[in-house]
Amino acid sequence: MEYKAFQPIFYNITRINKATCELQCHMASYDEMAIINGKLAQVVKIVGDQVTLQVFSGTEGIPTDAEVLFTGEPPILKVSEDLAGRFLNAYGKPIDNGPEVQGEPRMIGGPSINPTKRERPSELILTGIAGIDLNNTLVTGQKIPFFADPEQPFNQVMADVALRAKADRIILGGIGLQHDDYLFFKNIFENAGAIDRIVSFINTTEDPSVERLLIPDMALTAAEYFAIDRNEKVLVLLTDLTLYCDALSIVSNNMDQISSKDNMPASLYSDLARLYEKAVQFPAGGSITIIAVTTLSGGDITHAIPDNTGYITEGQLFLRRDAEIGKTIVDPFRSLSRLKQLVIGKKTREDHPQVMNTAVRLYSDSANARTKLENGFDLNDYDKRCLSYAKEYSEKLLAIDVNVDIEDMLNTSWSLFSRYFKKEELAIRQDLVDKYWKD
Amino acid sequence: MTTTSTIKKGTVTGIISNLVMAVSDAPVAQNEICYISIGEEQLLGEIIKVIGKDIFIQCFESTRGMKVGNTIRFTDEMLEVTLGPGMLSKIYDGLQNDLKKFDSLLIKRGKRSEALDTSSRWHFVPLVEQGKTVSAGDWLGEVKENAIPHRIMVPFKLSGRYKIKKLVDEGDFGIDDVLAILESEEGENIDVKLWQKWPVKKPLKGYVEKVRPFAMLETGVRIIDTLIPIAEGGTGFIPGPFGTGKTVLQHAISKQADADVIIFAACGERANEIVDVFTEFPELDDPHTGRKLMERTIIIANTSNMPVAAREASVYTAMTIAEYFRNMGLKVLILADSTSRWAQALREMSNRLEELPGPDAFPMDLTAVIANFYARAGYVFLTNGSTGSITFLGTVSPSGGNLKEPVTEATKKSARCFYALSQKRADQKRYPAVDPTESYSKYLEYPEMQNYLHEHISALWIDMVTRTKDILLRGREVHDQINILGDDGVPLDYHVQFWKAEVIDFVILQQDAFDTIDAMTPIVRQKYMLQLVLQICQMEFDFKDFEEVAGFFKRIINKLKQLNYSTYESEQFKKIVEEYTLIINEKRIA
Repeated sequence: MEYKAFQPIFYNITRINKATCELQCHMASYDEMAIINGKLAQVVKIVGDQVTLQVFSGTEGIPTDAEVLFTGEPPILKVSEDLAGRFLNAYGKPIDNGPEVQGEPRMIGGPSINPTKRERPSELILTGIAGIDLNNTLVTGQKIPFFADPEQPFNQVMADVALRAKADRIILGGIGLQHDDYLFFKNIFENAGAIDRIVSFINTTEDPSVERLLIPDMALTAAEYFAIDRNEKVLVLLTDLTLYCDALSIVSNNMDQISSKDNMPASLYSDLARLYEKAVQFPAGGSITIIAVTTLSGGDITHAIPDNTGYITEGQLFLRRDAEIGKTIVDPFRSLSRLKQLVIGKKTREDHPQVMNTAVRLYSDSANARTKLENGFDLNDYDKRCLSYAKEYSEKLLAIDVNVDIEDMLNTSWSLFSRYFKKEELAIRQDLVDKYWKD
Repeated sequence: MTTTSTIKKGTVTGIISNLVMAVSDAPVAQNEICYISIGEEQLLGEIIKVIGKDIFIQCFESTRGMKVGNTIRFTDEMLEVTLGPGMLSKIYDGLQNDLKKFDSLLIKRGKRSEALDTSSRWHFVPLVEQGKTVSAGDWLGEVKENAIPHRIMVPFKLSGRYKIKKLVDEGDFGIDDVLAILESEEGENIDVKLWQKWPVKKPLKGYVEKVRPFAMLETGVRIIDTLIPIAEGGTGFIPGPFGTGKTVLQHAISKQADADVIIFAACGERANEIVDVFTEFPELDDPHTGRKLMERTIIIANTSNMPVAAREASVYTAMTIAEYFRNMGLKVLILADSTSRWAQALREMSNRLEELPGPDAFPMDLTAVIANFYARAGYVFLTNGSTGSITFLGTVSPSGGNLKEPVTEATKKSARCFYALSQKRADQKRYPAVDPTESYSKYLEYPEMQNYLHEHISALWIDMVTRTKDILLRGREVHDQINILGDDGVPLDYHVQFWKAEVIDFVILQQDAFDTIDAMTPIVRQKYMLQLVLQICQMEFDFKDFEEVAGFFKRIINKLKQLNYSTYESEQFKKIVEEYTLIINEKRIA
């Protein structure tokens, strides 16, 4: 961010917290950026002549007689084609030793899209991962997070999805990214020769936590530029939004606000919705698809962060380790893509909806059989077949290292059906069984 | 409210997100609307608290760039909606801006658009004669709007009696034309046009009496109509964790319900869900009139990324529009998704006002606010003897899926029907995931409702419904027993009881909202199916072992599901019934 050079003035700072400070001033405008003692800050509260500044990099070293420059502008990002291939920090400044990005300044966190100007999403996104394409099909303009415990390889999965999806542009928002993961993303994008399609906004764990609040807005402002101005299909990756929420709670705590459930600010739902609702399909063809990561603690989805997220997003992809096959799978029970109904069986083969439901239902029967086994009851023939089916289904289709096209996924499902079940046990429409059953 | 001719002004003294603090020398009123200037832009706000000279305003738009010293203009008015012909098929925001009239992709703050179309002409037919005496709410005439007779009523803000001094003859008029001149007892003349205004937070009355609901509102959703019916003019709510199908259920009801006008209040929810409605509804037929569904629908869209304060306004806007249509003698259904977002909006504001918080940081008066709102629904008799109704169905999004949280608890005290969506049923893909034993309808206990069901469905209906519930409950109990003791550890009869409950579950309770035939079941057909299923439940069968029980009932379920997918009383339907009878007779003990 670059701002017009006003004259800095010395102010009497009346209160300093870890993330905010208060000063006496008559000219501040709400949400505008300021530079306090060389650090970027934003006006978050004005009461009479008391102005509260949220200092993004923390208040360390700010004296009570600090020099403050009010810029008169909300936070901005300069947008142009030059963003392509660049790695930028939370302020939109290069971290790749390249030159400053030139372009038209756009205010970040801008207004919302008129719902009547949207189009119903209908274009398939294929990832090669059957746990996604077959069971939880994604569509352009969708917003969906991965729910995963910290030890799950969500960043790898997300990188795979991003590279395989036929997006015109990929925007990576790294929020509290481990430095190693940052290098991972950088490498994998460079090796794939995709770097020119990618724009990255990176805040690593080495950077101040409050700076993280700027990353999603920066990424989405860039996304809006490519989707609206250039009519591109944009894929936005945000990892990890749990850390974004943690930063929100730090600021709200510093401002003495009463917290609600799980120490999160009362506005958490609105704060997250403001980001996720940027996902959109435009009639002109441009779109913004958001794939995010919400890390969980011990798989607990009732915590305020995943809970609010689930009410906002169009489904979730739940990653879990399947002990039996020793791999991470996309859990077919707890995952959901709300928009899949718009494409399956319409943009994919006709048997897709029924095959998907039957495969999952049989997998759920295997879970019942397992419970029986654990409780010491005898298994009948059907139970045993279900258990063998489940193992192979998990290995061949649910595991995240699967990479095949959707036709193969459906064919694999049919061969599993015929190996372990009778036609009448499928409860699939007769004409489909006649056509696709593999003897 | 005071009426002064001079413009009342104030000045901004503080800003915290959407809370604006101000001072003014002029007298102001609670809930008065004001405009805050930032350069050329005029942002809408509402006074929500006054302490001495300090005024607290909730701003309905983004406060970015606002400064201490910005000027405020107070309007002497509360937040009002414009009521008149042309509202049907519209997509409004929470403040009744017609969203289609905005040109740009992004909603710019400070922009307004007309709620009604100034260029439309309406064919007016008088219903009364010149010289008659009328009062607020009386019908002066009507215009035809899509399928409904849109009554033009004496403005609700008038009090006392008026003589119709002049009334136009039948003809075409624009919304600003004067149709009638009313003369008060004091001799004051009042012009009546096609439109009038009303403040959203005040209930719009104008009826003679509100009676206890007594008629069933048909929704075509079996688990609702058969087991947990909602009354016309009744209230209900649907709490459920995310992913349990709240939205799909509401959409199904909105498509099928037997109502004249449907108002969709999308309160803090996903924009794509509104896109679904306005993409699909213009294509789908209204099962009751054969016209397009969009013609009876109004959408109030406050999506989750729109300003928080307008969320509260959106539910009140929806309710006020409903009250206006009700007073025309129409059946109105409001679907609000989700009232939790409205409660959260109240919480955000209460928090910024630094009020002492109640449970989970919600404001202390949450229960009262929700109760007052639900109380605006009801079945009424109008002055001319006609009846009208507002049925209200709201969803609640309990945090963490916990039904003991404050919004669910508060709503439970106000709504008379409770449709609990169960995570377990959703996981098993048993949709609609309404829990048949947890959920209830208080209306089933009303003698007037029972009479209605006797007359309109069957004298045995209530008995049948009670029996169905008992079988379901028993099925749940034996299922637990089987799980604990094992398939072999319980008497064979337990398996039979479990599977009888499963037949009811699969055939009556579960319904495919995406299948054109199964999605909507008229009450005659529901009665037929319930009779059929209860017959099976009364029969005795001859089985060797529990595997045979399961096999037999799975075949029955399969047949009856095919029946649900067939057109009622078609050849195919009759054929399936025959096949099904054959299966039954194989095992039945005569």
